[in-house]
Amino acid sequence: MTSHHTGEMPAIRYNFAYLDEQTKRMIRRAILKAIAIPGYQVPFAAREMPMPYGWGTGGVQVTAAVLGPHDVLKVIDQGADDTTNAVAIRGFFEKTAGVATTTATAEATIIQTRHRIPETPLGEEQILVYQVPIPEPLRFLEPRETETRQLHALEEYGLMHVKLYEDIARHGHIATTYAYPVEVAGRYVMDPSPIPKFDNPKMDDCPALQLFGAGREKRIYAIPPHTRVRSLDFEDHPFAVQRFAKPCALCAASGVYLDEVILDDRGGRMFVCSDTDYCAGRQAQGHRGEMAAPAAGQALDVMPGLDPGIHGVPPVLPAQGVDGRDKPGHDGVSDRVGGAGGMP
Amino acid sequence: MYVAAKGGEKAIRNAHKLLAKRRRGNENLPSVTLEQIAAQLTLAVDRVMAEGSLYDTHLAALAIKQARGDLIEAIFLIRAFRTTLPRFGNSRPLDTGDMLVRRRVSATFKDLPGGQLLGPTFDYTHRLLDTSLAVPDEAGEVDDQAGAAAMRADEADPAEKMPRVTDLIGAEGLIEASPADDGEEPFDITRAPVSFPVDRATRLQTLARGDEGYLLALGYSTQRGYARSHPFVGEIRFGDVEVILDVPELGFPVSIGEVQLTECQMVNQFKGSAEQPPQFTRGYGLVFGQCERKAMSMALVERALRWAELGEEPGAPAQDEEFVLSHCDNVQATGFVEHLKLPHYVDFQAELDLVRRMRREASGRTPADEMKEAAE
Repeated sequence: MTSHHTGEMPAIRYNFAYLDEQTKRMIRRAILKAIAIPGYQVPFAAREMPMPYGWGTGGVQVTAAVLGPHDVLKVIDQGADDTTNAVAIRGFFEKTAGVATTTATAEATIIQTRHRIPETPLGEEQILVYQVPIPEPLRFLEPRETETRQLHALEEYGLMHVKLYEDIARHGHIATTYAYPVEVAGRYVMDPSPIPKFDNPKMDDCPALQLFGAGREKRIYAIPPHTRVRSLDFEDHPFAVQRFAKPCALCAASGVYLDEVILDDRGGRMFVCSDTDYCAGRQAQGHRGEMAAPAAGQALDVMPGLDPGIHGVPPVLPAQGVDGRDKPGHDGVSDRVGGAGGMP
Repeated sequence: MYVAAKGGEKAIRNAHKLLAKRRRGNENLPSVTLEQIAAQLTLAVDRVMAEGSLYDTHLAALAIKQARGDLIEAIFLIRAFRTTLPRFGNSRPLDTGDMLVRRRVSATFKDLPGGQLLGPTFDYTHRLLDTSLAVPDEAGEVDDQAGAAAMRADEADPAEKMPRVTDLIGAEGLIEASPADDGEEPFDITRAPVSFPVDRATRLQTLARGDEGYLLALGYSTQRGYARSHPFVGEIRFGDVEVILDVPELGFPVSIGEVQLTECQMVNQFKGSAEQPPQFTRGYGLVFGQCERKAMSMALVERALRWAELGEEPGAPAQDEEFVLSHCDNVQATGFVEHLKLPHYVDFQAELDLVRRMRREASGRTPADEMKEAAE
C-alpha cells in the first residue's frame, strides 16, 4: 500500500562481468561437463540477463563465465563487428568488465558470435562462444524435450536422417542451408547454431575451444579443441557447402561467405564479405574487388550469384519456406515429422 | 555504391537518447514520481512485482517509470536486477491462514466464519468512465479502517480469524487435503534448470511468475470445454502476510516484514477413482500483490495440469505440462519473439540461394534470365 523507501536510491553496483561468482562457478561447471561430453546439451540454471532472451543471453553468460580481466574480446553478429546487437553486447562487457575489445579476429582471446564463424582460422589460445537460439537439433522434428532427450540418450537419430532423405527425394538435394546438423566426436548430433552450412567445416578439428550457450533454453554444449565434427550426409549425397560464383566485390576474396547487398530498385546488387574484419584486413593489404573503387558502381552485367550447383530437377516447384528466421536444422516447418502430438 | 549500415554504435546511442526524451514526455509537465506510481498505480506495481518475482514496490515503480508504462518491459528490468541479488536464506512457509485480510470472498458459501469482505474491488462497479477523475482528485472520503468496516457484509468482529474455506470443507473430508510438508527443500526454478515432468512446487513457481494474459487465456479455455473441471471459487483472499525468517546466528525466528498476497483456492469436482471416494479437488493460485485475475487463472490452469494424478482424460492445451510451462514466461517469450528483429541476413542469404536454385531447377531458366526478370 505504501512505499517502503523514500528519498534517493543508491547506485546499484555489479560484479565483474555482471554475474556473481557463484553463478559463474555454476556456469563453469556446466562448461566443464560440456567439454567432457562433446556435443551433449548440459542443462544449466541460466540467469535472467539485462538483455532479452533470444538476443544472446546464453552466449553472454558463457562469455561472462570464461572472461578474465586480461582477455581481449571480439563480438560479431552476422560476421560483422558493427551490427547493432554485436555493438550492444561488446558495450555490455566494456561497461561491466572493462576488458579490452577488438575487431581483429587474430587479436581476440574470446570471440562471441551470432550466426558466423570468422574466416580467419582460429588458434588454440582462442575461445569461440556461439549464441544459440534453439539448442536441440531435433526440435522441429519433435517438439517435446522429454522425447528428444530420450532420442539422444539412445543415439536414435533416424528422424533426422529421414528428414534429410526426404529433402533429397523431394528436391534432389538436402534443403538445409543453415543450422545444418553435425555429429560431434562420433556420438551426439548437435545443432551448430544458425551459422550457414558454409561454416560447418571450420568446426572440424578446430584448435580453438568452441562453446555454445542457449540462455532461454538453459543449455550449454561444447566442442573441445581438435574434435571430429561431421556434417550429416549420405554416401551418394555428400555434404557440400555453398560456393559463390564471384569473389567479394570489395576485397576480391574468394572461398569466403558473401552477403548480398541490394543497390537499387532495378535489380542491381553486389556481393561482399560477411566477415567485415576479414574484408577490411584484405583491403588494407591492397586487395581490390571490382566495386572497391568509388567510380565503379553501376548495375552488374551478370549477377554474381551463388553457384547453382548440379542437381536433379524436381517435377514441381517445392513448397519451401524462404524466411530467414531461426529454425535450426530445418528449412520448413511443413517438414515436421510427428507434430504437436508428439511421437507415436 | 556500397552503403551497408555502418556506425551501429552511434545509431544505438542516438536511439537511446531519443528513447529517454520520449520517456520523459512533455517537459512542461512535472515528472511522475515513484511515490505517485507506487501509490496510484498499485495494480501495475503489483503485476510487475508478481511476474518480476521480486517484492519491492519502489523498484517496481522505478521499473514502470523507466519502461514508459510497458509492464512486460518493467518485469524484464526487475528480473534482470533480481538475478544479481544474493540469497540470505529461505523464509518459513507463509501462513495465508494468518493473513491480515483486506478482501476475502467465497462463491461456495453464502456466509462463513469471518464473513465475506469485499475490500477494494472493481467488482460491481459500473464500468462508466468517471470524468471527475479528469482533474486532480481530492483526498479519499473514507479512511481505511472505516472503509473496511463498511465493506463487511456482516457485523462480525474485525479481529475475528478468517479460516480458509478449503479448511472448513476439508474438516469433513469432502475436499482433498493439502499435501503434507515433506520437509524437502523445494525445487527452485530460478536456481536450477527445469526438467520435465515437473513436481508440483516447480509447476506452481512457474505459474506464479507466468504471464497474466497467457494464463488468463488458458484458464478461460478450461471453462469452455478444453479440460473442463467444473470450478468454483472456494475462496479468494488478499491481504498482508508476515514473512518470518529463522536466523541461525540468533537462534530464534524474526519477522522481516510483510508482503501482500492474493490467494485463490479453486474447488473442482472429482468423480472419484478405485482408490479414492468422490471428493472435491483443488487448484491453487498464489500471487504477490492484488492480482486476482492472475491468481484465479493460475488456479484453473494448475488444476487442469493435474489430470494425470487424478486419472482424467488428457488432450486439452491447458493440460499439456511441457507446452503450458515452457511458454508462460513473458520475459522469455517477448525476448524470443522480438529477437526476430535482429539481423538474420546471413541465413537469409543461404535461403535466397536455395530458393533461387529451386526456381531455376523448376523452370529450367538460367541465372541470366532471372536477372532480367528481376530488372523488369
